[in-house]
Amino acid sequence: MPNHEKMWSELGMDVELHKELLQSIDNTFQQTVGDQKNRPEGIKYFDHVLHESHGERVAELIEARKDGRKFIGTFCIYVPEEIAMAADAIPVALCGGTQFSIPYGEKMFPRDICPLIKSTFGLALSKTCPYGPIKDLGVGETTCDAKKKAWDVVNFHVMEVPQKKGDLDFALWHQAVVDFKTRVEQLTGKKVEAERLSAAIKIMNEKRRALQKLNELRKHDPPPISGLDALVVMQAALNDEPVRFTEHLQKLNAELDERIRSGVSPFSKGVKRIMISGCPSVMGNWKVHSLIEKTGAAIVIDETCTGTRYFENLVEDGKRDINGQLSALAERYMKINCACFSPNNERMESIEKIINAYEVNGVLQYILQYCHGYNVEAIRVANVLKKRNMPNIKIVTDYAEEDIGQLRTRIDAFLEQVA
Amino acid sequence: MTLFSSKWLKEELIRTVGIDIGSRTIKHVVMENSNLIGYSIADTGIDPLSNLHKLINNENLDHLVATGYGRYLAHIHLKCPVITEIKAYAVGANFLFPNCRTVLDIGGQDSKIIRVKDGKVEDFEMNDKCAAGTGKFLEVMATTLGFTIDEFSNAAAGSASAVSISSMCTVFAESEVVSLIARGEDRCSIALGLHQSILNRIIALVGRTGFEDEIVFGGGVAKNRCIVTLLEKRLRKRMNLPKEPQIVGAIGAALIADGCVT
Repeated sequence: MPNHEKMWSELGMDVELHKELLQSIDNTFQQTVGDQKNRPEGIKYFDHVLHESHGERVAELIEARKDGRKFIGTFCIYVPEEIAMAADAIPVALCGGTQFSIPYGEKMFPRDICPLIKSTFGLALSKTCPYGPIKDLGVGETTCDAKKKAWDVVNFHVMEVPQKKGDLDFALWHQAVVDFKTRVEQLTGKKVEAERLSAAIKIMNEKRRALQKLNELRKHDPPPISGLDALVVMQAALNDEPVRFTEHLQKLNAELDERIRSGVSPFSKGVKRIMISGCPSVMGNWKVHSLIEKTGAAIVIDETCTGTRYFENLVEDGKRDINGQLSALAERYMKINCACFSPNNERMESIEKIINAYEVNGVLQYILQYCHGYNVEAIRVANVLKKRNMPNIKIVTDYAEEDIGQLRTRIDAFLEQVA
Repeated sequence: MTLFSSKWLKEELIRTVGIDIGSRTIKHVVMENSNLIGYSIADTGIDPLSNLHKLINNENLDHLVATGYGRYLAHIHLKCPVITEIKAYAVGANFLFPNCRTVLDIGGQDSKIIRVKDGKVEDFEMNDKCAAGTGKFLEVMATTLGFTIDEFSNAAAGSASAVSISSMCTVFAESEVVSLIARGEDRCSIALGLHQSILNRIIALVGRTGFEDEIVFGGGVAKNRCIVTLLEKRLRKRMNLPKEPQIVGAIGAALIADGCVT
């Protein structure tokens, strides 16, 4: 592993504390992801992306900035990466998934907000995040109250995600997309032109197609890849350079295709097929996925922001003019069924479709503690599931390990219910 | 020929063992052809594995199933199958009370409500990481008031008045009790107040799944006469109490080891 200490030190980071952070993440990684059998060869690249997310990726961004490019930190899959890319900026998702930084986050932010926000800001506040010092712009959104107000504290550009799905709401979102374009143009000094935007749309659609293909392969019985490894790929998707990511994912997909043909899988045929639904599991967080699969069940699909919500629906790619392209982008992103919407009928429909397509035997609603949107929406989701006699359980938890014992009992008992 | 062999199989004596490794106690049950022939209960302590070995000394481990918080410990060392205490309690309660539709299990650090249908778990809810309202809470409070666990429930049951306790957290409730003692409140009234606050916690848990007759109340806390009385009064339902409420899960495990129940 290349030594990045000099770089971290030049970024003004707390290098000693950062070592502890990396150690803590690595321990968690080894006990969860690293503890699996029969992983595909191609997953190594994605492991590497996660391992080097504070190293090689940061070095790469520093180099790009030397060439005059700008780096934009994002915190939600509602931010249209295509627009940033078309203005020659580099967008990277910076959500925190580690317990380690939470006490630092709690020094400034209230304890009773979600672990994702506390972890993210905890990394910045403890000087263990290499992205903060090199970030040219932070882009937030309004998908929950805690995030919305956090952006106000740190002076980010805020994209307003509406709360309903009517015409007025779409008009508002469309304007947020247009304003975002103006903001990144200001930042980079480069105009978002139709040709560049079209190229960016193609890159991101290609990436989504590769992710769709990966998930298509998970429909097989038994799936050729564990849910935990599919999550590793998703976490890498939020960090890596998109073209390089897609190339490696296409290779992995080809390998998984071959595994299906030759009957190689981490599971046996007839394995219990579980769907995770709800909140994202970002880098550093492998807790619930690992608990489920250690019991022998397979996670076959994630209906989360680190799952279907990130890659379903392509951006319509026929528009030649910038206005048409911006509308196509606004439309695609508005189809992300975040729990911030009310009513959110489309999410219920989507969940039913996914259950059918992936032949799901049980659904685990994964709720990050204090995520009121998904936690309250869980009632509606549970009703949809109950109607289908689908075994389901809601798990509300944070990143800490103190509830592992109770969670294991609850998850095991849920899996005992799954026929 | 086939008819005879199945008859012979039934006649064959199968001895099965169920162990339930809880946070406070290990329960050990031996059954023969689905008849309970013996049981024992020991402290889990700080070395559950050797305590477990003492309980099952030289037992035939062919028909053994483990459950409870420490089930994986047994799984690793005895190579036995494991089930959750949720399934174990459902099966055990259904065996003891065939009309059982709801099981309430309050143990050393967990509380659970299980809805049972045709002997199978239909729905369940369980406390999360906090052990408020469990046996551990009762133990700490009894000690704070200078009672043994039995004296504690008797004092509460015999008290005519109750001091209301607002904290559900074991740590906060302890300081609340200390200040009530300092204020000169009668410790029997405090004891009843504490039992009522646990009752509220149980009622909230029951409310999450709802309940249907008949209800079986198991786990160590079911031995607390005061809790049982308060609960029956509040729910206006009679609780079915096993002769030994602590071994319901171990019985369930032994029945599953038998292969008669899946």
